[in-house]
Amino acid sequence: MSNGDFHSSIHPSDLVRTATVGLRTRPLRAALSALGIMIGIGAMVAVLGLSESSKSELLDQLERLGTNLLTIEAGAGIGRGDAELPDESVDMVGRIAPVEATSYVIDVPVNVYRTDLIPEAQTGAISVKATEPGLLETVGGTMGVGVFLDDATAAYPAAVLGSVAAMRLGIDSTEGTPLIWLGDEWFAVTGIMNSLELHADLDRSVLIGEAAANEFLAHDAPPSLIYVRAEPEDVLTVADVIPSTANPQFPDQVEVNRPTDALEAAEAADDTLTALFLGLGGVALLVGGVGIANVMVISVLERRSEIGLRRALGATRRHISFQFLAESSLLAGAGGTAGVLLGAGITAGWAYYRGWDTLVPPVALAGGLIAALLIGTLAGLYPALRASRLSPTEALRT
Amino acid sequence: MNVPVLELKNVAKVYPTTPPVHALRRIDLTVDSGELMAVVGPSGSGKSTMLHIMGTLDRPTGGEVTVAGYRVAELTDSELSGLRSAHIGFVFQAFHLLTGYSALDNVADGLLYTGAALDDRRERAVVALGTVGLSHRIGHVAAQLSGGERQRVALARAIVGDHSLVLADEPTGNLDTKTSEGIVELLHDLNDAGTTIVVVTHDLEIAETLPRIVRLRDGQVESDRSKVVA
Repeated sequence: MSNGDFHSSIHPSDLVRTATVGLRTRPLRAALSALGIMIGIGAMVAVLGLSESSKSELLDQLERLGTNLLTIEAGAGIGRGDAELPDESVDMVGRIAPVEATSYVIDVPVNVYRTDLIPEAQTGAISVKATEPGLLETVGGTMGVGVFLDDATAAYPAAVLGSVAAMRLGIDSTEGTPLIWLGDEWFAVTGIMNSLELHADLDRSVLIGEAAANEFLAHDAPPSLIYVRAEPEDVLTVADVIPSTANPQFPDQVEVNRPTDALEAAEAADDTLTALFLGLGGVALLVGGVGIANVMVISVLERRSEIGLRRALGATRRHISFQFLAESSLLAGAGGTAGVLLGAGITAGWAYYRGWDTLVPPVALAGGLIAALLIGTLAGLYPALRASRLSPTEALRT
Repeated sequence: MNVPVLELKNVAKVYPTTPPVHALRRIDLTVDSGELMAVVGPSGSGKSTMLHIMGTLDRPTGGEVTVAGYRVAELTDSELSGLRSAHIGFVFQAFHLLTGYSALDNVADGLLYTGAALDDRRERAVVALGTVGLSHRIGHVAAQLSGGERQRVALARAIVGDHSLVLADEPTGNLDTKTSEGIVELLHDLNDAGTTIVVVTHDLEIAETLPRIVRLRDGQVESDRSKVVA
């Protein structure tokens, strides 16, 4: 007589069926307990998706703007009074080999008005800057209407408006050549620039030719701000040599900036927020896991007679523990799937609203599902163990 | 046919409480294939304990149990599960049907742990439901069935695997007299068709209709009487 020829077995498809008994008989409870996991996973996927989408938007923006633009100004050092850039600094910087283009503006300390009848105090916070025709291309600007200064108009009382300045002056077209009252002279508006993403100061300025500033406003000063376009791979090297090139006598009075750094800094701040939200999502996930464990423990208590019946029908302890473990994983898996969809949906919706490309990292999708399943399995371990340890006679005594 | 399906030799069960409870003392009992037997006795006489030990749901603390020729003491816990799935069918007082499942699937679950595929199990469940007279209720869920019908479904689940032994624990305990009679009649029919059945009951009226009655008292066999079948 052999004693080894018995073993209970269950068809693989029935393993799944038994794992769904609790879900099918108590769907509301199943849905509520999966909800916690869904919220946690949804939050994490959405945070990762949004951060990734906005990052891709930033990269697009940086690519469009170019990260190879540097600005140079005189740093107001402590105890030095107002420092100035030397007159020849633009030419000298232009001679650095990897520099592709240079331009500059000179602050002109006059006010600008729509007409000569407006009280002097109502300046509209518009500044006047003298420049040269190459500025538009160097800063990567575009014209909204009209034309930028050229070699001819730069010597005449002609002006180009930044987008904000145009709005404040109430000018939206160059038709009929509108005139503005600028430092006790009439200047004709030849063009209005589109808004410049990195140069809000130019948006708020009226630009005139340097020669015109000399002639009509009697203003002659060294450049206030120099714009430098360098070859992209040499930007940092160029930035390093600029101070001693622009002002060999006082290199420490030269301040070099890369405007796109501000965007990157903002993004870095976003990363911190992302980490914070991820942490919050993680907490939600943990709470969801505890919720599932709780529901499973209750479920095992309620379903003692079912466990007893199954043991009587021939289920081994392992069959019982697997059933409850699988049920818990299924619950969490369903929550995780819903959460991944929710997170991707939120990302897509927000990206659409902001006009970004939707970018949900596949790692977040797969990771969300795996994390949910893992948490479900962990949450189900103890209840499953309890269910399998129940003696059949005890389970049937209900 | 005198092949023993079930043998209890000097079986004892002591629950290790303080003071210890001697639920069964030196039980000797043999159930042959094809028998229909009642186990009766007052509450606390050890009926349920004996049924659990016969059904390998519990192990005795003394003596030897043999089911279908296999010595229970020599089998591991999971081998006992296998033994139950292959050889023993159970019927409970509380039916223990899965709510939300159709009669068909409840019966098909009787073969769940034999490894048979669902289609195959359902096919055999249809036959078993026909045997208990419930062909017309196949698709109904437990909640839609009367008490008697539920117990018939439970009976069908117990016989769907053609088990060597069917153990029924107070199968009429939750049913009215008329319905009970129908279930007892069904037990006779199943026995006539060859199923070995042990019925544990406190209902002497029902027990009297069965060919063999074993009376328990204080964990011992008080009497073991077989009717002479005419």
